[in-house]
Amino acid sequence: MTTPALEVAHLSKRFGGLPATKDVSLSVSPGERRLIIGPNGAGKTTLFNLITGDLSADAGSVRLFGQELIGMPTQRRVHLGLARTYQILTLFPRERLVHNVVLALLGLDRRRWNPWSILTASRDLYANARAFLERVGLGDAAERIVAETSYGERRRLELAMALAQKPKLLLLDEPLAGLSQAERQTVRALLDAIPREVTIVMIEHDMDTALAFAERITVLHYGEVIVEGTRAEVVADPRTREVYLGD
Amino acid sequence: MTPRAAAGLALCVLALVAVPWVIGNEFYVNMASQVLIYALFALSINMMLGYGGMVSLGHAAYLGIAGYACILATTAGYDQLTAAVFAVALSTAAAAFFGVLSLRAPGLGFIMITLALGQIVWGVAYRANDLTGGDNGIRHPARPMPFGFDISDAPSFYYFTLVVFLVALFFIWRFARSPFGASLKGARDQPRRMRMLGHNVWLVRWITFVMAGFWASVAGVLYVYYNLFLSPHAISLQQSAEILLMAILGGASTLSGPIVGAAIITLVKNVVSTYVERWNTLLGVIFVVVIVFMPYGLVPGCAQAWERLRNRMKSRKVSPAASEPAQ
Amino acid sequence: MQWQFWIIQTLNSVAFGGLLFLLSSGFSLIFGLMRIPNLAHGAFFMLGAYFGFTLLQLKLQFWLAALAGGLGVGLIGILMERFVLRRLAGNEQGQVLVTLGISFIIADICLLVWTGDPMPLSAPQALRPPLRFAGFAFPTYRLVVLAIALAAALALYLLMERTRLGAMIRAGVDDTEMARGVGIPVSRLFTTVFLLGATLAGVGGVLGGPILNAYPGLDTDMLPLALIVVILGGAGSLLGAFVGSFIVGFIYNFGIALVPDLAYFVLFLPMVLVLVFLPQGLFGRVQI
Repeated sequence: MTTPALEVAHLSKRFGGLPATKDVSLSVSPGERRLIIGPNGAGKTTLFNLITGDLSADAGSVRLFGQELIGMPTQRRVHLGLARTYQILTLFPRERLVHNVVLALLGLDRRRWNPWSILTASRDLYANARAFLERVGLGDAAERIVAETSYGERRRLELAMALAQKPKLLLLDEPLAGLSQAERQTVRALLDAIPREVTIVMIEHDMDTALAFAERITVLHYGEVIVEGTRAEVVADPRTREVYLGD
Repeated sequence: MTPRAAAGLALCVLALVAVPWVIGNEFYVNMASQVLIYALFALSINMMLGYGGMVSLGHAAYLGIAGYACILATTAGYDQLTAAVFAVALSTAAAAFFGVLSLRAPGLGFIMITLALGQIVWGVAYRANDLTGGDNGIRHPARPMPFGFDISDAPSFYYFTLVVFLVALFFIWRFARSPFGASLKGARDQPRRMRMLGHNVWLVRWITFVMAGFWASVAGVLYVYYNLFLSPHAISLQQSAEILLMAILGGASTLSGPIVGAAIITLVKNVVSTYVERWNTLLGVIFVVVIVFMPYGLVPGCAQAWERLRNRMKSRKVSPAASEPAQ
Repeated sequence: MQWQFWIIQTLNSVAFGGLLFLLSSGFSLIFGLMRIPNLAHGAFFMLGAYFGFTLLQLKLQFWLAALAGGLGVGLIGILMERFVLRRLAGNEQGQVLVTLGISFIIADICLLVWTGDPMPLSAPQALRPPLRFAGFAFPTYRLVVLAIALAAALALYLLMERTRLGAMIRAGVDDTEMARGVGIPVSRLFTTVFLLGATLAGVGGVLGGPILNAYPGLDTDMLPLALIVVILGGAGSLLGAFVGSFIVGFIYNFGIALVPDLAYFVLFLPMVLVLVFLPQGLFGRVQI
């Protein structure tokens, strides 16, 4: 039995009176492609926030390759191999694309504590950053300022930054949101190209693209796990349809 | 650095060095020294404000702690170097401690806690008559003689201050362009994102706070050498506010902004004080006007205006050629 | 001697705590709702004291002077909110700094109008003789100030918990965007709360006049105390402002009486303890 890449056990979170996450448990195998779906307000992003440490859990545990994450500050979880993209883009809009990726690379590099040397003199960082931008098809746009790029380009930049962290577990929060059909195909191809060393957990609404990508699916509703299984199982399960059409 | 920027910098340094020769009047040379001291002070607060997005309203405390420590150590009989090192070390240690407290609540809580801490330091200086002379202040015996140089006259003191200032400016310039500086600026813009990229936002902010306290302490020792006197007024809320205003007025996002701001505020203050008693009102009005109408400060504002002017002149150059008859 | 001393100090402390409540309740409300630490609040207090002085010079009855002085400061508060703060909506940092600038202007104008000498305010004739009870003499005026502060605390509590205005304020404190979303007139609420806070500070200034006098520097003496009350008690919480005011009142007063050289320093320790162990303050509702 290999250690799961991500093991969530009885995770709970309340906001005042409202339970946002109710006793959620799930297990993701290394290299797996897991999809998390559910109607709006189901608690999907809250679950991500609990895993990353942006929110502190009331109860339960989160293990990354066996390592307990609860109580650990976010940046330490990142150093253990966690990376994440956000549903609402959080980039550095006044900086160049390459600088955004450099910041991602610095986060895991000792040089980030250096208050003396000139950052732009670290040619290897910039070359590395450009390589990651190439991978997502933004090689030509490296010197452009984020504010002057299109929404689709910014989504790909987020992906480049996450990949630059060489994560073991990658959390993608609606990576296809707001993209045109063509852009969706591009991003889908990029996601397919991510090697199996990276375990991916994705939240998505776009069923067409996401369903094809997923191997296993977890369905959330009102903060609870309703259905979980392989793609075929979940699609066939009547409760899935209920969650989206019923109540 | 581009060749043009290097040339511009060299010119500025040359101009600064030439000041005592060009301006014969001792009064103005002294004012230039004052400007440099306040510029250093403003640059230190800007490390937090401009690059870190942290508004400290108690920064004058480090000028005060270093200043009082320097005077007390010197009067107790320690030699000048020991006194200066002790003063800076003590004040920086205070910054390390106050930094932990202030960062307990980033954002608006930071402003309130730094203000409260600054006022407490002021309050202690004001009331501890035995130690600090209370409202009457205490004197520094005489200007020191660093490496045997006598800096008791205006031009010599100016050069001494200029050397310290240029060294500090160099360090702060490199700080702004370093990976650490990039991490700080990133934390200013998107702290949650930076954490998710692996940066320890709290630690970055705290280290910056301590560094800012260090340079403010250095400015404090220079201040005491210049005035040969220190009273609680130098660590009042008004002083902290003036320093902040210098950084904001000049342009917090730039390196030259605080220097320009320090020059303007110091000159205006000295000139205005001779004609008008209402410096505080003017200070308040400038504050409000700058924040409402010129939030990015003068240096970026002027740079933008300059850019627009250049673009307009460029397009003018094109049109006469276009109106020439075709050959 | 001993008993009399302790009783007097205790009464001074609770009276001062009452004044601090009038000052910091307004500050806490403004901060809780508008997320602005109003750095002009100390100046509001001082301005109230000066207004009170002049109104008393004009032979206005004491309690009327207190009310009028408070409302005068409230008016200045409204002008400040409508014409300056509103222009900087969304720029919280800018708003804080602007309140600082305005505090300088107010303080300097007070210096211009009333000069640098401390101006004494006289307590109403009827309250000047001490209250004799059980062989001790109690300062009557201070007892009355305490009573007024307690009444104000009760009134504020009822306002916040039992009225529609209070419900709107509480909603705004919890989540301003949400409040706007459900149709609460947030802009008008801001102005109202600012008026209320400024008036409370102004009234506090007048009532404090016979105890503290009106002098230049009163603003910078009182503002940090308000800050410490809010840090200790928790931002946005009326209960926090209430408890915090009396804690600070006690520490500051006994500090001045017992170790005058270190009065400010003595406040430092509890503030540090709270910041280290309970950064939300004792009753904090708002993350500062």
